[in-house]
Amino acid sequence: MKPSPHNARGTKPQRLSIARIGIYVFLVVSSAFFILPLYVMVVTSLKPMAEIRLGHLFALPSSPTFEPWLTAWSSACRGLTCDGVSAGFLNSVKITLPAVTASIGLGAINGYALSFWKFRGAEFLFAVLLIGAFMPLQVFIYPLVRISSGVGLFGTLPGVVLLHICFSMPLMTLLFRNFYATIPVDLFKAARVDGAGFWVIFLHVMLPLSVPMIAVAALIQTTGTWNDYILGLIFAGSDNVPMTVLLNNVVNSQFGEKQYNVNMAATILTGLVPLILYFSSGRWFVRGITAGAVKG
Amino acid sequence: MSTIDIRDARVAYGAVTVLHDLNLSVDEGEFLVLLGSSGCGKSTLLNAIAGLTDLTDGQIFIGKKNVTWSEPKDRGIGMVFQSYALYPRMTVEENMSFGLRIAGMPKADVAARVARAAGILKLEQLLKRRPSELSGGQRQRVAIGRALVRDVEVFLFDEPLSNLDAKLRTELRVEIKRLHQELGNTMIYVTHDQIEAMTLADRIAVMRDGRIEQLESPEGIYARPANRFVAGFIGSPGMNFTEASIEQTDQGVRAVADDLNVDLSAYRFAGHPPDRQRIEIGYRPEHLLIGDAAREQPLQAKLTVEVTENMGADLYAWGKVGASKAVARLPTGLRIAPGSTITIGVPPEYLSVFDAATGDRL
Repeated sequence: MKPSPHNARGTKPQRLSIARIGIYVFLVVSSAFFILPLYVMVVTSLKPMAEIRLGHLFALPSSPTFEPWLTAWSSACRGLTCDGVSAGFLNSVKITLPAVTASIGLGAINGYALSFWKFRGAEFLFAVLLIGAFMPLQVFIYPLVRISSGVGLFGTLPGVVLLHICFSMPLMTLLFRNFYATIPVDLFKAARVDGAGFWVIFLHVMLPLSVPMIAVAALIQTTGTWNDYILGLIFAGSDNVPMTVLLNNVVNSQFGEKQYNVNMAATILTGLVPLILYFSSGRWFVRGITAGAVKG
Repeated sequence: MSTIDIRDARVAYGAVTVLHDLNLSVDEGEFLVLLGSSGCGKSTLLNAIAGLTDLTDGQIFIGKKNVTWSEPKDRGIGMVFQSYALYPRMTVEENMSFGLRIAGMPKADVAARVARAAGILKLEQLLKRRPSELSGGQRQRVAIGRALVRDVEVFLFDEPLSNLDAKLRTELRVEIKRLHQELGNTMIYVTHDQIEAMTLADRIAVMRDGRIEQLESPEGIYARPANRFVAGFIGSPGMNFTEASIEQTDQGVRAVADDLNVDLSAYRFAGHPPDRQRIEIGYRPEHLLIGDAAREQPLQAKLTVEVTENMGADLYAWGKVGASKAVARLPTGLRIAPGSTITIGVPPEYLSVFDAATGDRL
């Protein structure tokens, strides 16, 4: 018997509608939009220069080589020095690690204090922070150069780390305040009746609950700090140049022919840390973003 | 001797006053229920006693000690919340011992107290579990256990059963009552559920708009509500009201309306009965008599039945007496067709008479 609404029974048959086809087409096109440049970067980085000169941008490498990657990592030249982007890797780690840890820690404390220990002017402070979150960083560059050189932090590692922490404070505080706002206030009250104070409640009750939020914050902060260019360029000083700044120097140093394959490899190497983070923590990321959206 | 003494307590947020100069004394070992609908200030009062809400004015004494400015932990109280408020990342054992551990109590003492509380609440099997692995009823027992281990004089309950389903609520209600009988602590219990209030309380404080409307035993509140609000609030289905006018006649005090002429001489007035004043006569659905018994009562009326509901144990007959809505709680088995009219009567001892203007009991 041919299925029809009149003898309908059991599971409804799936049907491919025009709207659904439209959705698939849109998804494929938008993925291609993001994947194609990455594809070009990867294949170019694996081709020798002779092959690149042929100009087949999308062709797979006919004789793949990892030479450009090695060059990019350890011997690509910028100006007179030729040690690739590897030196910047360690600098970036040295900047990112303390900056991320401190900004998450301080952001969590701020958010916790603003959510649970309501004090006079807390709302005002929060509004100021919100404004801070939307201020373009460039506005502060000149005064900050003057201030940091005045206190001897200009061109030092602690200086650039401190600036990263400062600039991430609005976003981190906002993130954690909104997260703690979803936690039932009864939990806080119960802890107070149990005799816990500001720090005990934070460390023993709130922080263990914040793991998903910390994961999200770590992701946002690591990506942001690692990808930063302008603070590293201006404030890090020549000994602490982060990977992004080195990458720029490598790509823009020119001796004769442009080494596209080396440049592509260096770029991928620089972007690898945030990329790996996203792929490995996607689950946490989604969980953190949706945390509080659904109750129970 | 009273353990808790609240004197002229006021809580105000800007122009909004949540508690109006409230006075309340709770005796040692008493089970006091604060009853009211949401927004009446009952939870605010409880939070103020716990030290979680600051008073704008007034004083709070617990066990003769002025605790108005004390931290919650220094007040000798334990508190149980509606949302359980268990620490999600800790086991049952850790939840119960948290307060003791951060106070630096020796491990052996902590273990002994947790074991005792777990024994009383039958939680021994669950000590290693996380709150997420427990049912609602078990969670609330853990929350009670957390208050229990602190070995305090006073227990505060903030709508502890509201998140549970009907069956569990009944079970845990009995359990709380049993706990009170065993421990003999002072307990203050906030609820909007009048059945919880009636069954648990030694005394009920009915609250409205930050004031206590009546503070009495459940029986007293039920039989002699102090005003029209309390009368309508307590009881389910609610009290029936009929408007009338009170008159002093040669045959004594009578309530008179178009379809009504009731002898109130048997009614115990609180003061001297007024003359020629609007009143409301209240009577509970379960005190209605029908048939021959009704015809012997001073208050008789015609109830026009619109809808009947069979509740299993009783039959509710909803309808109208004159222009006002009324409901009768009758034995099941009676066959009453919608649209029919029955004669109802109320014995004088079950009547409540209120001043129609002020709502106060006469």
